[in-house]
This record gives sequence, structure tokens and C-alpha cells, in this order.
Amino acid sequence: MITIVDYGLGNIRAFLNVYKRLNIAARAARDASELRGATRVILPGVGHFDHAMERLHASGMKDALDVLALEARVPVLGVCVGMQILATASDEGTQPGLGWIDGHVRAFDGWAPTVQLPMPHMGWNDVQPVRAERLFDQLDADSRFYFLHSYFFECANPDDVLASANYGADFTCAVRHDNIHGVQFHPEKSHHFGTRLLQNFAEL
Amino acid sequence: MLRPRITPCLLISDGGLVKTVGFGAPKYVGDPINAVKIFNEKEADELIVLDIDATAQRRPPNERLISQFAVECRMPLCYGGGITTVEQVKRIIGLGVEKISLGAAASATPELITATAKEIGSQSVVVVLDVRKSDRGAYEVFTHNGTRATGLDPITASRAAEERGAGEILVNSINQDGRMTGYDLELAAQVRGATRVPMSVLGGAGSLADIAALLERCGVIGAAAGSLFVFKGTLRAVLINYPGPAQKEDLLRAVLTR
Repeated sequence: MITIVDYGLGNIRAFLNVYKRLNIAARAARDASELRGATRVILPGVGHFDHAMERLHASGMKDALDVLALEARVPVLGVCVGMQILATASDEGTQPGLGWIDGHVRAFDGWAPTVQLPMPHMGWNDVQPVRAERLFDQLDADSRFYFLHSYFFECANPDDVLASANYGADFTCAVRHDNIHGVQFHPEKSHHFGTRLLQNFAEL
Repeated sequence: MLRPRITPCLLISDGGLVKTVGFGAPKYVGDPINAVKIFNEKEADELIVLDIDATAQRRPPNERLISQFAVECRMPLCYGGGITTVEQVKRIIGLGVEKISLGAAASATPELITATAKEIGSQSVVVVLDVRKSDRGAYEVFTHNGTRATGLDPITASRAAEERGAGEILVNSINQDGRMTGYDLELAAQVRGATRVPMSVLGGAGSLADIAALLERCGVIGAAAGSLFVFKGTLRAVLINYPGPAQKEDLLRAVLTR
């Protein structure tokens, strides 16, 4: 079953509502025992990188998630800060990330110095997949998603980049390495575009 | 490219959806949850819900009602009204709300902005500035539904909010509220020039042309509106409405031609 990791961060109910409307079974997991039987894992998250890692450790689910992601190789989707903590580290904090995808989370500030854009990057932006991927199936070039963030994922391996968006400059907004996926935007609050992406994830 | 946000703003009083004029004369316009369902279907960019009784009645946020909104709302949701503590904020975010807005509390206890940003991240903290323009043209921030003056001008107040950790400023013109004669563009431009955080402007939109005029002046910001999206025609018949994709593309052109 699709299992949404509830470690106190992110809009768990929004994901459950989307899957309920799609008639796809999904549930939230609050501890390691509730992760048992997961066939898909969604890792949401908002706020500070270190805070997210601390909460994940405190939830007691980190080791079980490592097993699901790296040994059972269950499809995983990290969302927003849930995507950022897939990286090894972040400019925002000092805690190590999960390290499931080789990359570093960068601050927008100082990265694209030509433009002094409002920060955080907030609102609906175009998402450009860099290649045909099942996660973006039936999502054409007009696809738009809701963003709310000041940091972004920089992949060490260019092959892990799935999609980009532009805010002063192009930045990576979706990643995949093997079974591990991440999106910086919020599919759970992106109307029919996000619903399609979450359905695609369920059908991987 | 990043799109401007076109954001319906719903005012809640006595559990019902109301619309005010100049912050007074609330008119009942229907069931708020029904309005949310319609904005879901129309795929609105975001939604702002403000409980206009809570602070005035010294009442905490109605978490049961907020929960109903959060469950129903398929777009990013901002809630404001009556928030005075970080604990309330944590519970409200936990109900499935993306952003919270602080008004009176941000003015009375600015450290609440910092404490809230530390807990949930500044990207989810909106500071709302209700601004009245005096007969001599001076702008001043008010709280408690426009009944209490703060002594602060919107430039000073928005800069202070940003320094404290606000992730967005929502500027609301008390004079223009419900008039449907256009935004106070001068007020919007002043605040846009004063801060670097995203902003949304509320108060006065009566047509999509008014939104286009705001975007031409201020660029990619949020254009929020109440009356425009709940009334139809000069007789103010209640009809929930929202621009379609083609109309939104036209509005985007207003930004591109700046």
C-alpha cells in the first residue's frame, strides 16, 4: 500500500485526500511498525532541513525507511523538504541528510546573483521534464506545480535530474536515482497536474 | 516562469462566508465550505481564509472550522484570524494548512513572527497589514478590523515583519475593501519596494483589468480579491467565480509587457 511518512511535517491529509479521490489505497505511518507492508513510500516535509532530519530520527522510522528504500527498493517519493533530505547535506543546516541520492541542497540566495528575486520562491511555476519518465507521464510542457521554498537540490550526478524549473535561472526541481524520486514542488496541492503525478507514482 | 498568484480571499463571520465594505457592513454571501469546493473545481491558485471575528471577540482560532477547510481545500491554504501563540500555529499547520497569517498579534508581539518562523519555517508565515489611508493621504497600519491604529506606516511595518522572519506580506487596503474600483496601486508599490519577500495585495479588485493593472505595476506578486470572486454584476448578486486558464494567460501578459 502507498504509505505516507507522518513524522510531524507536511500535509499528510492532502496526500491521503488525493489518493482517496483517485480510489487508490493509501495510509499514514507514524512509527516503524506502521511502515510494514509499504509498497510505495511518500516522504513529505516542510520547514528547516535540520528540523526535518531531527524529527525523522525522533520518529524511530529512519532505519526502517533505509531498509525499504535501499534494500527492498520500494519506490520512494520525497516532497519539498522531504526531497531535500534525500541529499547528503544542505546549505541550510549542519545535519547529514539521508544520502539516498548524491547531491547537496543549495540556497537560492547568492546562486543566481543577476536577479534579486523575491524569496522564498512561492507560487505556480512551469516544470520541464528533461526526458520521458513515467513519473511525468501525460504531463505535457504546460504542466505547472505549486512551489514554496528557498533551497533547491543540486545533483552530483546529472543523470539523476528528472526536471527543471526557472526562477532567475534553471534549477533542478525533480530527481530520481533508481527507485528514489524527489520533487521540490507540492503535487498534493497542485490540482490536476499534481493529482496526475501522484497517480503516476502509484502506478510505477 | 513563475506565475502571478490569483487568490480568492474568504472572510468568515459567525461560521458563514461574508463580504465587507470598508471593513464594515458584513453581508452574508453563503456557506464557506461550498465556496471552497467551487474554487477547487476552478483550480484557484491559492486560497486565503480570514476569520474576522476571532481577534475582535478575543477568541482563539476555531480549529474545528479550520480543519473542515483544510480537508476540503485542494489548493494551498492560508488561514488568519485570532492566532496569538506558537502552539496554535503548530496545531493549525498540523490540520493541513500551508500558511498562517498574523495581524494583530504580529503588531502587538513581533517576536511571535520570529518564534513562528523558527517552528514552521518562514515560508509559511504571512504577516497581514490592514492599511488605512488618511484624508491627507498618509498610510497607517490598523488592527482589530480597522479599529486600532498601530502608529506604523506600511513601509516600516513590512520591513519589520520581514526582518522578524515573515515569508510573505499581505497588504490589505481598508479604504478599498469591497469597493471594487481597483487596488490602491501606490500602497502596493510602496510595500513591493520596501521588502524582498513575496507579497499579496488585497482590497479593491472589481475586474480582471484591476488585477492586470496591479501586476503591471508590481510584477509577479499575489493578487487577492474577495468581492470580485463572490459577486457578479453591479447589483452584487452572489455568484462564486474565478478566471479560466485563457483569462489567466491574459493576466500573465500584463506582467510580461511591463
